[in-house]
Amino acid sequence: MAENTVEAEELHANRSKMHISDTDVAIEITKMNKWYGDFHVLKDIDLRVMRGERIVICGPSGSGKSTMIRCINRLEEHQKGSIVVDGIELTNDLKKIDEIRREVGMVFQHFNLFPHLTILENCTLAPIWVRKMPKKEAEEIAMHYLSRVKIPEQAHKYPGQLSGGQQQRVAIARSLCMNPRIMLFDEPTSALDPEMIKEVLDVMVGLAEEGMTMLCVTHEMGFARQVANRVIFMDRGQIVEQNEPEEFFNNPKHERTQLFLSQILHH
Amino acid sequence: MTDLSYVRADESPNLPPPVNTTGVIGWMRANLFSSIGNTILTLIGVFLAYSIFEPLIEFSLINAVWEGENRQACVAPPDSGLHVGACWAYVKAYLPQFIYGRYPIDERWRVDIVYGLFALLLIPMAIPGVPFKRTNALLLLIAYPIVAYFLLTGGFGLQIVETNLWGGLLVTLVIAVTGITASLPLGILLALGRRSNLPIIKLVSVIFIEFWRGVPLITVLFMSSVMLPLFLPEGVNFDKLLRVLIGVTLFSAAYMAEVVRGGLQAIPKGQYEGAQALGLRYWQMMGLIILPQALKLVIPGIVNTFIGLFKDTTLVLIVGMFDLLGQIQSSFTDPTWSSPTQAHTGYLFAAMVFWSFCFGMSRYSLFMEKKLHTGHKR
Ligand SMILES: Nc1ncnc2c1ncn2[C@@H]1O[C@H](COP(=O)(O)OP(=O)(O)OP(=O)(O)O)[C@@H](O)[C@H]1O
Ligand SMILES: [Mg+2]
Repeated sequence: MAENTVEAEELHANRSKMHISDTDVAIEITKMNKWYGDFHVLKDIDLRVMRGERIVICGPSGSGKSTMIRCINRLEEHQKGSIVVDGIELTNDLKKIDEIRREVGMVFQHFNLFPHLTILENCTLAPIWVRKMPKKEAEEIAMHYLSRVKIPEQAHKYPGQLSGGQQQRVAIARSLCMNPRIMLFDEPTSALDPEMIKEVLDVMVGLAEEGMTMLCVTHEMGFARQVANRVIFMDRGQIVEQNEPEEFFNNPKHERTQLFLSQILHH
Repeated sequence: MTDLSYVRADESPNLPPPVNTTGVIGWMRANLFSSIGNTILTLIGVFLAYSIFEPLIEFSLINAVWEGENRQACVAPPDSGLHVGACWAYVKAYLPQFIYGRYPIDERWRVDIVYGLFALLLIPMAIPGVPFKRTNALLLLIAYPIVAYFLLTGGFGLQIVETNLWGGLLVTLVIAVTGITASLPLGILLALGRRSNLPIIKLVSVIFIEFWRGVPLITVLFMSSVMLPLFLPEGVNFDKLLRVLIGVTLFSAAYMAEVVRGGLQAIPKGQYEGAQALGLRYWQMMGLIILPQALKLVIPGIVNTFIGLFKDTTLVLIVGMFDLLGQIQSSFTDPTWSSPTQAHTGYLFAAMVFWSFCFGMSRYSLFMEKKLHTGHKR
């Protein structure tokens, strides 16, 4: 086990090195537009995310935050403009989509764990089937990440037997097992009871400190202040304002940002 | 003044439940005699059960004839006033025919091997703890059908036995087992096809399903055995049993497809997204994530279709094939055993055999449902 931890850490070290040598842009979105039928959800989105950058996205309900980050791993298809992830442009080419999904982890509001598989099986499934990793190795890596999210003792339980906070931590570990270079979070704490939010945020802060490239849709402003390099405010399908956290919270420029912040901060 | 503030000082211990809610007496008191109305219902129920089962037990066990050479044993002497019950001696004498049909007597060992191998492979497959499931499944699904095919039909030095000599339980089981094992995968493919994003595949699946669901099985059987030869070129001739097998399989596959589709619809979108976000391909996502959950949800519906198919095998009589029921009915014409209770006994026997198979499937499915249940439902 100890040996394996070392291995996994080496893996991490290697990846950090790679970050420096690779191109520095992780995600490049240019003039991206999306429609649901006639409804224009995303309008001319331009966003460049650098490697190791932590971005928090906020905005009123229905503003298109989820849709935008779901376009990054092709859970939703965009109709105009371009998205380049890790140097690969997203097109209808299934191979490229697969390649991108292997490098981009995603954590959902409702965890989306597989209820018919144990926690360990949830974590080893993709490494075994997608990365073609031997089962034993996959299990060792899974146990490593489960320890990191502080629930190795739950490995043989089923998701339905865990609390919400524990399930979300498993979901994060499950993504990490694929060794992604970018992590997307779509309101990871908004389905959780207050006492469980902290345990999930702690894991995310840990990830950020290690230099993971992260895009988080969240309304946890404490988290945004603590880890974000940049906060993006979306409204009606557009990026209305972006800034570094201090400036964004203390001195919002756009009136809609001011209105939004006054609403969520006074609750 | 009442005190609003309260702080618990000590922990309450865990106590066993009160005695009168457990045990046989407790159960009877709670469930059968909890009130006057309930007591009356219980008594009526006991009375009804008695009036149904008493004659049945009398007919099938108490007054039954177990031994005998011919009809004489099962006919009461003219003015003795005796009631003769079930004539089991007749079933005993005919049992080989019920099991093998007109399969040549010297070759019946082949059928026995086929039955035996089936049990040998199916039982370890059905018990969860037994190891080597993968090998077992390969043997059962690939090796076994080939072996069984050659054993039953002949070839490789074995005497050829035409399928029109097959009959009884053999025909029932061949049709039912083939139909069941072929219709499930076909039904799954059709269900996936019907939910596919590719319009052609979707259209083909919908047309297939709606066509086969829209015609009665009897029509299918008639068409396959009477009409199909008209469309085939001269000299091309399928075996009749094969045609029936195909007809029954396609027919139940259409029902299966709708059952499976029901299960697929119950799987939340998040499961698909979770799988896709991890980079699983379509077939991996379906095979590892979606279908295991969807099929588990619709086990009752799947088994329902299996049971329906099993009982529908009796319809092949209409195209001149003798399944178990047909074989039993055809034995009624034999004067050696004609007695007032011959037909009753025959039908009772048929009912018992069919019921045991169907009840077995039903219990097994309940067992699997419990076994596959993981954690709390939310
Ligand atoms: N599949 C869909 N079909 C049609 N409209 C959709 C679909 N999904 C989302 N929408 C619409 O697109 C808009 C943006 O949705 P999105 O889920 O991206 O919002 P959001 O910013 O994530 O909101 P929330 O904070 O409530 O999660 C909403 O108005 C929503 O009604
Ligand atoms: Mg959302």
